[in-house]
Amino acid sequence: MSIKTSIPKVDGMGLVLGKPAYTDDLAPRDALIVKVLRSPHAHAKITSIDVSSALAIPEIKCVLTHENVPDHVFSRAGQGFPEPSPYDARILNKTVRYIGDAVAVIAGATEKVVDLAMSKIKVSYEVLPAIIDFEEAMDHKVLIHANDETSSMFPIGHDAKRNLAAQYEMKIGDMGQTLDSCDVVIKERYFTQAQAHAMTEPHSAVAYYDFQDRLTIISATQTPFHVRRILAKNLNIPLSTIRVIKPRIGGGYGGKQAIHGEFFVALVTQMTKRPAKLIYTRKEVFTASYTRHQMRIDITLGAMNDGTLKAIDVDILSNTGAYGEHALTVLMVAGSKTLPLYNHVDAVGFRGDVVYTNLTPAGAFRGYGAIQGNFALESIMDELADKLKLDPIELRRKNMIHEGETSKIFEVMGEGTEGTAMTVESCKLEECLDSVLTTLDWQKKYPRTQVDEHTVRGVGLALAMQGSGIPYIDMASAILKLNDDGFFNLLIGATDLGTGSDTILSQIAAETLGVPDDKIIVYSSDTDLTPFDTGAYASSTTYISGHSVRIAAERMREAIVEKANRFFKVTDAQFDGENITAADTVISLKEFATTLYYSQQQEQLVAHGSYVGTKSPPPYMVGACEVEVDKRTGRIKVLEYHGAVDCGTPINPNLARIQVEGALLQGIGMTLYEEVNYLENGSVFNNSFMRYKVPTRMDVGPMHVSFEESYEPSGPYGAKSVGEIGIDTPPAAIANAIFNATGVRIRSLPITSESLWNALNQK
Amino acid sequence: MEVTLIINGDRFSFSATPDEILLDTLRKLGYKSVKRGCDSTSCGVCQILVDGKLVPSCGFLTVRANHKLITTIEGVQEQVREIANYITAEGVEQCGFCSPGHMMSLIALFKEIEHPTMEQVKHYLAGNMCRCSGYEGQHRALANYLEVNNR
Ligand code: FES
Ligand code: FES
Repeated sequence: MSIKTSIPKVDGMGLVLGKPAYTDDLAPRDALIVKVLRSPHAHAKITSIDVSSALAIPEIKCVLTHENVPDHVFSRAGQGFPEPSPYDARILNKTVRYIGDAVAVIAGATEKVVDLAMSKIKVSYEVLPAIIDFEEAMDHKVLIHANDETSSMFPIGHDAKRNLAAQYEMKIGDMGQTLDSCDVVIKERYFTQAQAHAMTEPHSAVAYYDFQDRLTIISATQTPFHVRRILAKNLNIPLSTIRVIKPRIGGGYGGKQAIHGEFFVALVTQMTKRPAKLIYTRKEVFTASYTRHQMRIDITLGAMNDGTLKAIDVDILSNTGAYGEHALTVLMVAGSKTLPLYNHVDAVGFRGDVVYTNLTPAGAFRGYGAIQGNFALESIMDELADKLKLDPIELRRKNMIHEGETSKIFEVMGEGTEGTAMTVESCKLEECLDSVLTTLDWQKKYPRTQVDEHTVRGVGLALAMQGSGIPYIDMASAILKLNDDGFFNLLIGATDLGTGSDTILSQIAAETLGVPDDKIIVYSSDTDLTPFDTGAYASSTTYISGHSVRIAAERMREAIVEKANRFFKVTDAQFDGENITAADTVISLKEFATTLYYSQQQEQLVAHGSYVGTKSPPPYMVGACEVEVDKRTGRIKVLEYHGAVDCGTPINPNLARIQVEGALLQGIGMTLYEEVNYLENGSVFNNSFMRYKVPTRMDVGPMHVSFEESYEPSGPYGAKSVGEIGIDTPPAAIANAIFNATGVRIRSLPITSESLWNALNQK
Repeated sequence: MEVTLIINGDRFSFSATPDEILLDTLRKLGYKSVKRGCDSTSCGVCQILVDGKLVPSCGFLTVRANHKLITTIEGVQEQVREIANYITAEGVEQCGFCSPGHMMSLIALFKEIEHPTMEQVKHYLAGNMCRCSGYEGQHRALANYLEVNNR
């Protein structure tokens, strides 16, 4: 039995032992070093660019500028096609739109020489006024994409003339009338910040022509198939001439769901016919890749005195920075993956504008809008409880979603498009709630305990939901091959970012085939060798790719039995994972496979599976914590964090647990420490790990993660997803705990000691 | 400047520029276990031992390592495997990019402190960033390791 066992990751030992596995480790030794000259201005037009003295250096092999690269408008977002993001970027542009935007690309023999060449490129700029404050961006007189022919593949509310990357609105029920009929209406405004992914491996890409002249890209990407598609289209070369290999990746969390350096290395290789590599510096990762979308969220709740929630209305302003990658979809997820939590309401409204600013672009980031929306919704639920003098737990119990129920939101809001109606067939939210209340000892600690004169502790919690892939969009496939000696190759397009999906998918294959795990040798993510997969995002891998593996394995079983029937001239051969039994003959799979290929029948057995989701069953979670506040300094410490998760069947409980623990810490980081700080001119101030503070092992107390298992009928072996859900609860749970401790409500992230101290002293 | 490095027992003599960084030298020589995460000695993924002492190789000039004994994870595979068994049993190496640096810290720690407490372990590892795991699982794995090896 393979499912529900915590086998070690198939690639784990090799990685811990430091074997070469990542993009830079695999780059050809003679690869040209590629670097990018980046804009020092937040908004400027390049009036002239002189690269002659750079090119005069013999070791410099090529310099790319907007003058010698293909001039297409496209989206760097690694999403399905057609993308729900505006086409607003060029490989290199005459206009630069943030400090860090690419101006020129230099390739040469050594880093030193490239640095030297970079210093010799002369660029003159006509500096344009910039928009730094996202609240001022809409309908500003400065237009960020004024003269470029931006467009969208289908209506996404894109309107460059208003600095709008995307816009969305939906209404269910009569909001005005419902609010009028409520005993209590509360309306609050919340802010969430730009957060950096801070994956340990910087963005990296390598290109070379292989011996057959195929343009090969090795890239730390979550979406190799999207990379191939976007490259081919915008380099004007056939898809068939490109191969994209995803090796091991040092973390992604959404940050690698995009094109980063791939165009540059590909073009350098095209022009020089030499291998090329671009490894971002840490500063570039901070300033010139992606952040989380900063948001301003206005939320209104209407309720009756007994705590019956009647209306939720949400209005969001989202900051996409200079380019609109994931602009619409992140916005929509802020509603679609939070609002169904309270599905008994009469009216729901959701609308939002995603604006351009002259800042580092925002993109996909674990939680993908849900964490922003969750902060607002789960904070205001506590505010409502306070106003109604109700227990926040009781308020939630009364209104939250249950197994067998549905929400109109599922039908109305998808990711970029309409949604898909679905009934929630697995939901252990109630059990999750009970679980954390018990393990945290909530009764005893709620709302606060006074430690001493100035130290006080409080508890807080939040519910959360996410999804499992995007219905009718996310697609995955798998191929299983039986080898002589009776072991299998599993070829999958799914992209393991470190989550352990290669392992989980081989467990699904082993389970279905009934064979031991070590009989499955997995190979993933190479556009030439593995079948298609939309990529690792939207919490889709276990659910979508898992199904494709299950289907392939079922077909493989059938194929083995069919062969055995022919072999033994029977109709009822049995395969139990080890042996094949026909009448009274028993033959091991090992022997059978060898015979099959060397002497009898002599035909290769291969099976494939392909799957596209028709629903997106949400995993659920409750997160609860106890925090301690020192009122003299505003110092906040998370003493313990408890999470109970319903992700259906955890295929590999250890790996599921680490997903949640890691995500929790990222969520705690977002709540208390992390923020991409911009200076007035739009440059990122904290562009290094010296200044950008991700939580360390000394910063937080213990975490307790438990699983309230459910069985999701639509999932492989009852599984739902677990990749993102873990990040969602900390902002609201911690804010609620701080309120319970101090009586002060912080509505703006991150909640720093300074912000709390200021609030405490204004009271 | 002519330098001689003794890396995992192998001798390398070559000429290094004064500003060459040990991390670059090691990767160039094929020690790909030494990763680059930050350039600012603040993530720990490039850690190695120089004369038995833990150092971030991104902040160490190659010329300073002249005639010194350098140990990368390639040179202590068996020792690491022992600890790694506990790490992988917990599933806590996710992307694994932080793992070699993390392991080198542990090698140094166990050399310096014979029977460390969990508090000492955490303190020692404070400079080893991991963005994937949340640390809790690493601590579970190390507590298990200590339980067996501290007896
Ligand atoms: S790369 Fe040396 S400490 Fe980060
Ligand atoms: S496992 Fe990814 S950073 Fe530690």
